[in-house]
Amino acid sequence: MKPVAEAELHAYVDGGLSEGAKAEIEAWLRAHPEDAEKMRAYAEQNALLRSLYDQVLDEPVPAALLAVHPRGWRRYSAAAVIFALGLGLGWLVRGEFITPQVVPVSFARQAATAHVVYAPEVRHPVEVAANDEEHLVGWLSKRLGTTLKAPKLAPLGYELVGGRLLSGLQGPVAQFMYQDGRGQRLTLYISKQRGEPRDTAFRFSQEDRVSVFYWVDGDYGYALSGEVKRDQLLQVAEVVYKQLNP
Amino acid sequence: MDRRLIIEHIPRLRRYARALVGDRYVADDLVQDTLERAWNKFYLWRPGSDLRAWLFTIMHNVFVNQARRRRYEIEQAMDELPAVAVRATQGEQLELEDVDRVLRSLSVDQREVVLLVAVEQLTYEQVSRTLDIPIGTVMSRLSRARERMRQLLGGHGVMPLKVVK
Repeated sequence: MKPVAEAELHAYVDGGLSEGAKAEIEAWLRAHPEDAEKMRAYAEQNALLRSLYDQVLDEPVPAALLAVHPRGWRRYSAAAVIFALGLGLGWLVRGEFITPQVVPVSFARQAATAHVVYAPEVRHPVEVAANDEEHLVGWLSKRLGTTLKAPKLAPLGYELVGGRLLSGLQGPVAQFMYQDGRGQRLTLYISKQRGEPRDTAFRFSQEDRVSVFYWVDGDYGYALSGEVKRDQLLQVAEVVYKQLNP
Repeated sequence: MDRRLIIEHIPRLRRYARALVGDRYVADDLVQDTLERAWNKFYLWRPGSDLRAWLFTIMHNVFVNQARRRRYEIEQAMDELPAVAVRATQGEQLELEDVDRVLRSLSVDQREVVLLVAVEQLTYEQVSRTLDIPIGTVMSRLSRARERMRQLLGGHGVMPLKVVK
C-alpha cells in the first residue's frame, strides 16, 4: 500500500475526493487505526462547528444590514430625504400664518427625519440603552419637564432598545427606539408643543418611506414612526396611546 | 446593480462573522463594514465569478485590517484565555461550548481556515483564493488547527471529554 499524503486525508474528511480516491483512503485507514481515529475526530469537529453556527442562518437578518447601500448612494439618499423634508418644512413654516394645523404636520416631519437618521444606526442607535431604562426615563423626563414613560410594547413584539435626547423646533425632544425580532425599528418622538394645551385625534402622515402616527395630548406632541404599513403602525400607536393615558 | 445578489449572501456572511469573532454585535458590525465595502467595490466583481468567495475575501480583508488597526476587543479577550481551557463535560450543549472555546483559542489564521473549510464548506482552492495564501499554507494551517482542536477536546468525540491540564 503506497502511503497517502496528509492533504488527501483532510480531503477525505471534507468530502473532496472522487469515489476511487475515497476507496483508497478507506483502505489506508483500515490499516492505520491511529489515522482513522484522527479523521473521525476531524469529521466530528466539522459536524460540531456546523451545529454551533448553522443556527445563525435561521436568524432574521437585522434590518440595518439589509439597509446597507453603496456609501455614495446612501449619503445622497439620506441627504435627499432630509432636504425634501426641509423643503416641506420651509413651505409649512411659510404657511404657519395661514393655518393653525402647521405645528402637528411639521412635527410629523421632524419625527420622520429623526427616525431616518437614527433607526439605521448599528453601533449607536441610542444614547442610553434599555438596560438602564430607569435612568433613561428619569433623564429625559427632567429635560422635557414632564413625567415620561417608555411604553411597554413587548406584547406586540417590540422591545425597547433605548433612547436619546434630540433638539427640535420647540426645544428638547425625547426619542425612544424599539425593535422587533426581525430588527424592524420604531421610534417614539415626544416634544413639548407651543400654544395652549389641547388634544388631537390620531393623524397619519406618510413621509417618504416612513409612516408616522402623531397626536397632541395636552402640552406634548407624540409621533410614532416606522418603515411599516399604516395598519401595523396604527395597532402600535393605539397601544402607546392607551399606556400613556391609562 | 442588483441588490438581491448580495442580500442573498448576508445570512452566510453573518454565520462566518459570528464564528470568526464570537460576539453577535461585533460580528454584525463586521458584516456591515463588509457590505459597505462590497457595494463600493461592486464594479470590481466579475459577473459569473463566485460572488460568495468574493464577499468572503472582502470580509477577510476588513477583519484583518480592523484587527491590525485597533484590535478587536474580542481578540484581546481571546488572548486572555488560557491556552488549554477545557473542562470535563457531559452532554451536547456543554460540548458545543467547549468547541467554541477551543475555536477561540486558535490563532486567527488557523480559525479562518478551519471555518471556511468546515462551516462554509469551501474547497481548499477557494480558501486559498479567498485568503490569498498558497494552497500549501491552507493545508498546513488546517492540519495544525485540527490537531490542536483534537488535543484540546481530548480526541474522544462523543465520549465525555477528558480534563486536559
